[in-house]
Amino acid sequence: MKFARTIAIAALLTAAGIGSLAATEIPQAERRSGFSFMSPDTKAIQNDDTANPGMLSVLDGEKLWNSNANPTNKACAGCHYDVGAMKGVAARYPAFDKTLGRPINLEQRINLCRVQHQQATPLPYESRDLLALTAYVAEQSRGMPITAGSDPQLQPFVAKGFELFMHRQGQLNLACANCHDDNWDKHLAGSAITQAQPTGYPLYRLEWQSLGSLQRRLRNCMIGTRAQPYDYGAPELVELELYLMSRAQGMPIETPAVRP
Amino acid sequence: MPSALINVPAKAKRGEIIEIKTLMSHIMETGYRRTATGEIIPRDIITSFACRYNGVEIFRADLFPAIAANPFITFTTVATESGKFEFEWIGDRGFSETASASIIVE
Repeated sequence: MKFARTIAIAALLTAAGIGSLAATEIPQAERRSGFSFMSPDTKAIQNDDTANPGMLSVLDGEKLWNSNANPTNKACAGCHYDVGAMKGVAARYPAFDKTLGRPINLEQRINLCRVQHQQATPLPYESRDLLALTAYVAEQSRGMPITAGSDPQLQPFVAKGFELFMHRQGQLNLACANCHDDNWDKHLAGSAITQAQPTGYPLYRLEWQSLGSLQRRLRNCMIGTRAQPYDYGAPELVELELYLMSRAQGMPIETPAVRP
Repeated sequence: MPSALINVPAKAKRGEIIEIKTLMSHIMETGYRRTATGEIIPRDIITSFACRYNGVEIFRADLFPAIAANPFITFTTVATESGKFEFEWIGDRGFSETASASIIVE
């Protein structure tokens, strides 16, 4: 088994090596959500809101949205009223924050809101509560086309994210693009490689048995290439998120998506 | 209180076979995993699930550590009369949750 995997990786490295400099972005017409790579069974889980375990987190998020358990006694709903006001928000994040002078993702926006307007402590990355709130907010944009990255102020950060995407790193010396641009139609150890279109985050991964953020996915990939992953919330991860969302512009939000 | 999702058809014809789907939020910690410092993470799973149709038990299942988080249990029954389905999940650490759904049989 181990031997076979070594061969598979070696073959991939050879294939990637040839086209390394010629890595091209996926043409608009050939873009596909990770959903289209899934088995009919897994698609059925995502398509049925009473079978999609991500919906459990959305329900948890709804409770948190209406909870005023913080020093100001003000719930999210206290300022934003109906959650319908959040429609379209997830489609344009990561967005530029004027005060910080850089892009922040939806999780960071929620935590800034908690600190500034609720005088509450920020929720830790990947905590159930932060994922649930993010999923609840993002679910409001379900079906809406992604617009992230169109703000001109974001251009330098999209460019940085693109550089990171093309940058080889780790012991396997792989860039994101070596798999997700050059070999997305192939398989790695039996799994579809896919195009890295972040249409459904936070999403429920069957392997994780829980909801997870795009940053968790990115860190997983980096560990897979045996690189040192960036810390949660690191500017590099946000820039990567931003680039990935901008390459998926126009594709519909699927949150909470299900992936194998 | 943990979230649960229940899918029971609102209406059915008498004698029709209906599908019931239940999804319960639970971590299903196996009891076999260890922390970074080597201590065992105590088992925390749902151990039993039951469904009653107008008070009569029609389905029961025992759950074990090999079952994934957020157990999704589906089963079928014959719609005999209008009324109520009651669901009950019992587990470790005093876990006990109930949910219900109504059906109109014509």
